[in-house]
Amino acid sequence: MTKLDSKIPEGPIAEKWTNHKFNMKLVNPANKRKYDIIVVGTGLAGASAAATLGELGYNVTAITYHDSARRAHSIAAQGGINAAKNYQNDGDSVYRLFYDTVKGGDFRAREANVYRLAEVSNNIIDQCVAQGVPFAREYGGLLDNRSFGGAQVSRTFYAKGQTGQQLLLGAYSALSRQVKKGKVNMVTRREMLDIVVVDGVASGVVVRNMVNGEIERYSAHAVILATGGYSNVFFLSTNAMMCNATAAWRAHRRGAYFANPCYTQIHPTCLPVHGESQSKLTLMSESLRNDGRIWVSKKQNDMRAPNDIPEEERDYYLERKYPSFGNLSPRDISSRSAKEAIDDGRGAQGQDAVYLDFRDSINRLGKDAIEEKYGNLFEIYETITGENPYKVPMKIYPAPHYTMGGLWVDYNLQSTIPGLFVAGEANFSDHGANRLGASALMQGLADGYFVIPYTIGNYLASDKPVKEDTTHAEYDKVQTEVEERFNQLLNIKGKKTVDEIHKKLGRIMWNKVGMARNEAGLKEAVTEIQELRKEFYEDVNVVGDSKSLNQNLERAGRVADYLELGELMAVDALNRNESCGGHFREEYQTDEGEALRNDDEFTNVFAWEYKSDSNWELHKEDLQFEYVKLAQRSYK
Amino acid sequence: MAHNTIKLKLNIWKQANPDSAGGFKEYNVEVSPDASFLEMLDELNDNLERNSEEPVAFESDCREGICGTCGLVINGLPHGPLPKIATCQLHMRHFKDGQTIWIEPFRAKAFPIMKDLIVDRTALDRIIQAGGYVSINTGGVPDANEIAIPKEIAAEAFDAAACIGCGACVAACKNASAMLFTSAKISQLALLPQGQTERHERVEAMVKEMDENGFGACTNTYACEAECPKGVSVKNIARMNREFFGAKAKSKNLTF
Repeated sequence: MTKLDSKIPEGPIAEKWTNHKFNMKLVNPANKRKYDIIVVGTGLAGASAAATLGELGYNVTAITYHDSARRAHSIAAQGGINAAKNYQNDGDSVYRLFYDTVKGGDFRAREANVYRLAEVSNNIIDQCVAQGVPFAREYGGLLDNRSFGGAQVSRTFYAKGQTGQQLLLGAYSALSRQVKKGKVNMVTRREMLDIVVVDGVASGVVVRNMVNGEIERYSAHAVILATGGYSNVFFLSTNAMMCNATAAWRAHRRGAYFANPCYTQIHPTCLPVHGESQSKLTLMSESLRNDGRIWVSKKQNDMRAPNDIPEEERDYYLERKYPSFGNLSPRDISSRSAKEAIDDGRGAQGQDAVYLDFRDSINRLGKDAIEEKYGNLFEIYETITGENPYKVPMKIYPAPHYTMGGLWVDYNLQSTIPGLFVAGEANFSDHGANRLGASALMQGLADGYFVIPYTIGNYLASDKPVKEDTTHAEYDKVQTEVEERFNQLLNIKGKKTVDEIHKKLGRIMWNKVGMARNEAGLKEAVTEIQELRKEFYEDVNVVGDSKSLNQNLERAGRVADYLELGELMAVDALNRNESCGGHFREEYQTDEGEALRNDDEFTNVFAWEYKSDSNWELHKEDLQFEYVKLAQRSYK
Repeated sequence: MAHNTIKLKLNIWKQANPDSAGGFKEYNVEVSPDASFLEMLDELNDNLERNSEEPVAFESDCREGICGTCGLVINGLPHGPLPKIATCQLHMRHFKDGQTIWIEPFRAKAFPIMKDLIVDRTALDRIIQAGGYVSINTGGVPDANEIAIPKEIAAEAFDAAACIGCGACVAACKNASAMLFTSAKISQLALLPQGQTERHERVEAMVKEMDENGFGACTNTYACEAECPKGVSVKNIARMNREFFGAKAKSKNLTF
């Protein structure tokens, strides 16, 4: 059994990263051009890593399934990015950002990683400003900040509601500069289908050219996966249509352990599902909960229009259950409470939705004040739903949004396959069981700009990996397997469409591996997913061939992998007999219905080793909390 | 929410590959008015796939109007009949029962059609690669608050930077010009202090790249601004022209 070595450097937490940077081996500038690195994914983590490695002198091949690096889903992040600048003079510090993040993650993240994240957060803001990212500014010309959940300071930098877009375009511009210089070979419209491991070391990848269907091989001295999260396993999520888990999952099947797959974040304020044809869910910024009141009818099956329900028949359930935090209760708790109300038959007009009502704020502050604060969000709402939220309460519902789990990595962001590094949402490292708002962008850029460029140099200088030729027999073997997978999918010629199966999987995941889980449900989920997988391989219908642009085939391959990952999520949730952050097991709650951790048994990371279909071996990495004391979160 | 449906006749551009001839194919759909335009196409494709017929190839990703992946010409208008939205933000309630809808790809010499409604917009990436950045490496940069930038300048730079790179401006222009796209990036960096050192080289390089990729000239119809999902202003084109002539006046290479 492989022992999980987190490789956390010695020394006090504030000195670990500094010491480690000094102790790591370097590749001398003239030798960097002798090393080739593959970066898969060009979101915040991938684009920033590829650009920085190119600047350092490495030869980088950046691979994306998009037509352009600028389209990655990092672009859709709205709120902002945290940094411990303390520009507001309100008591922020690297230590406080570290503390808030560990606590927000419900004590299931690695302290050393989180501290480093907080430490480099300030460099990220400097870097982005130098690139020309137009952050919001004060009248005096300095940078503006706002507050986000889980923090008592203002440390969130933002660019209107398009922070992710501006940060990604910054990284994309840095990447474009390296493309022009010839240091990054930008390979677009290629989907990574497998990783090639030679003699236990990551050697390269096999991809499909999505335009002509050709299978292509790329080899290098090291491979970085920055391929995002897996919320689309739920079918409906706030992720983009193409976001998928295939790259991570295929690496998992080749030996990379998958850590904490059951840690998924369900965001409380999204637009509800309108019908069977719904393709994805749209997030409405959490900031709306500052002035909106969340309620449902006290009566079951109340079909009246919301404005016809008198005040005394409304249940402002968050204010009732959590008087101190009220409508600003944390994401996990707000989401679960909405589910409870709907399960009780009290959803808005019989739908899976609750009301987010601005009536009282409009009466108190005036319509203009509300419009000034939330005008663009109200517009988005009206565009999508056709209803005017100034007059009728918004209908909202929780939706899968982010996955804290991901491929297991050590402090150097290296997976259990030597030479395979994982950055951004694709790894598991920094957010524990729950991610705080405005820290996803921070982590993606920290990994790409400031962590991996150092640690990968150390790997190259220490391990001196050899670049295999893509004619190596292992590449033949992997390519054959990939092609057989496509042939298998194309030859089933059944009656079910890919989306039909994906929607079924989504329903199982949402109902049984979603906001609240229990042992019986999880066991059912495992069986149902296995049955669904069987149904998929017997009765799916994939149209066309593999030798041309075929979106149906692309989706089929991704769904095939979700059907395996979904099972592991359920297995992980079943084995974690406690509630923490986004993982709420109904059996483990306090008398007041709060998440009840079991620190004696579960202050650890679950890292799953793939053995064969439906068969994994569990490895545990114990977590030490030397700086932030383990404590129960309470929001009463 | 309405539970009724509307029936529509779709005429969709079908083209097997860049080299083949394309043409319109007719489809009939019945859809909820609450569905988005792209969800209507999803449903159409799901039905086609169920019957082993080839689905319609079209691109989209975020479906929130920010990634710039989607882009269809709907009844002659890029991103459809409503202003300031991307195709993915268009909903079926804006169409009438029994209506005929014509759906085409973005058309421009610089955007070759790859399949059906999918076009190749990498020419836009090449324009950015020519100079749409500040030439700094990671690390070693000054503190973010070292340089104060007036709020209104930052806001103007933001408005230009809001471009999503969808190419609707090109598709809307009778000359298939990429001036709005190119000028948005040039403006963002020309407005900010960080962009000053390479200001002249940048505009020269980007305009040259734009021209070489087969985009047309600007004849001031403002169709680009009208169809831009983010409302990027044609003032940016004016700024780019000023930047360009300013650069040329100082250029070592005085040929234009």
